[in-house]
Amino acid sequence: MTLRINGSDHPQPADPRTTLLDHLREGLNLVGTKKGCDHGQCGACTVLIDGKRVLSCLQLAATVRGEVTTIEGLSGGDNLHPMQAAFLEHDAYQCGFCTPGQIMSAVACVAEGHAGSDAEIAEWMSGNLCRCAAYPQIRAAIADVAGQEDLE
Amino acid sequence: MNLTIRTGGTASQGEAFIAGGTTMVDLMKLGASSPNALVDLSARRAELSGIEVTETEVTLGALTTMADAAAHPAVAAMPAIHAALVQAASPQIREMATLGGNLLQRTRCSYFRDSRQPCNKRAAGSGCPALGGEDGQHAVLGGSAQCIATYPGDFAVAALALGAEITVDQSNGMRARRPLAGFHRRPGDTPHLETALAPGELIAAIHLPRGAWTGQTYVKLRDRASYAFATASAAVALRLEGGTVAEARIVLGGLATIPWRSIAAEQVLIGMTASMAPAFAAGEAALTQATTSPNNTHRVELGVRAVARAILDAAAQDRDQSGSL
Repeated sequence: MTLRINGSDHPQPADPRTTLLDHLREGLNLVGTKKGCDHGQCGACTVLIDGKRVLSCLQLAATVRGEVTTIEGLSGGDNLHPMQAAFLEHDAYQCGFCTPGQIMSAVACVAEGHAGSDAEIAEWMSGNLCRCAAYPQIRAAIADVAGQEDLE
Repeated sequence: MNLTIRTGGTASQGEAFIAGGTTMVDLMKLGASSPNALVDLSARRAELSGIEVTETEVTLGALTTMADAAAHPAVAAMPAIHAALVQAASPQIREMATLGGNLLQRTRCSYFRDSRQPCNKRAAGSGCPALGGEDGQHAVLGGSAQCIATYPGDFAVAALALGAEITVDQSNGMRARRPLAGFHRRPGDTPHLETALAPGELIAAIHLPRGAWTGQTYVKLRDRASYAFATASAAVALRLEGGTVAEARIVLGGLATIPWRSIAAEQVLIGMTASMAPAFAAGEAALTQATTSPNNTHRVELGVRAVARAILDAAAQDRDQSGSL
């Protein structure tokens, strides 16, 4: 069984205990996905599997069914994903450590239709902690992208 | 520290099924759970997930994720279940975690989770440092001299209030349908035995009755606004007739070693109007048997208020819509 990540197939790690997070970072050098708490409490490791946001630290690589998208797979080369551009525009980070997880979670939050108001965004982004407390800017970036999609 | 993962067969003694993995992988990293082998259920997702709706019940496959369940219109029409699901954990965890696994969620007791500490649940007879220790979030109902670890889940509390049943795949290959009531075991002298599931048994489906109640709510009180376990919660299902309570089901969460049905609270409410004074009297009745320490006394009052608010909210549904839920 292989792992499909950002459009390419990769072999499974040899050790069945390996989490998807460790395999991304240590095995495949996809270090955009961050290891924060490693216990499902901070959201820094958020990736998408078949478009749904999940915590790669609590996902054994051996049990992945579906295609994984990491922050590296979000943009088309130098063309930023609209959510990445909105985070830049709104200065939605300070140290940046939680940012890849925030962006992956934010992409799913908008796709799910859970970005209709500031309060709704706050609730549905509660799984992503930001110790720099850039929350107002993060919510503004998400609202911006959600609004753009509504206009289309 | 050997581990094998296979996709077929059943989990024998010393082995475990893995579904969403959000509790299992966490506890394995902590050394609080060390199965020799995992039986990966992800290959059975098509067979064991999905939602069927009939006139009388909603049947949820055990591998249905909490997110998928919450998004289904038939579940959204069950306010207690919907509230319990969308206030649980975080959006990411709800995309991973399954309903069957959620019923089996392990306690958040910090001593249980710390493999360097004694724990009667992890290692029978090793002791319980929570007794007389940091017990601020521990159970005030249903504990024993061996264990006061809180059952942390939300969904089971709401499902029990509605009168849910589960279908279990038994190790002999047969399926059996059982009430959710009695599924979770009080710790007593065997805190390591948490449910009525025998080794090798697997929850296949959860059945929620439709139309049995005129109002249903789940009220969850937390130490922060979102993404936190209940410090106290209450699920209430009511059947009102002519403005008085004909039938009630009151279940507490976050305060007890298991989803905690209070028949004493229900009896206080039956025959009364679902108004402020009877609602608080029922809340008081639900907590009269609480065993507290100075660290967690405040949660008794939170429990009383959670029950009272859940009753008032459930009664308000009856006034808002004459149909049944």
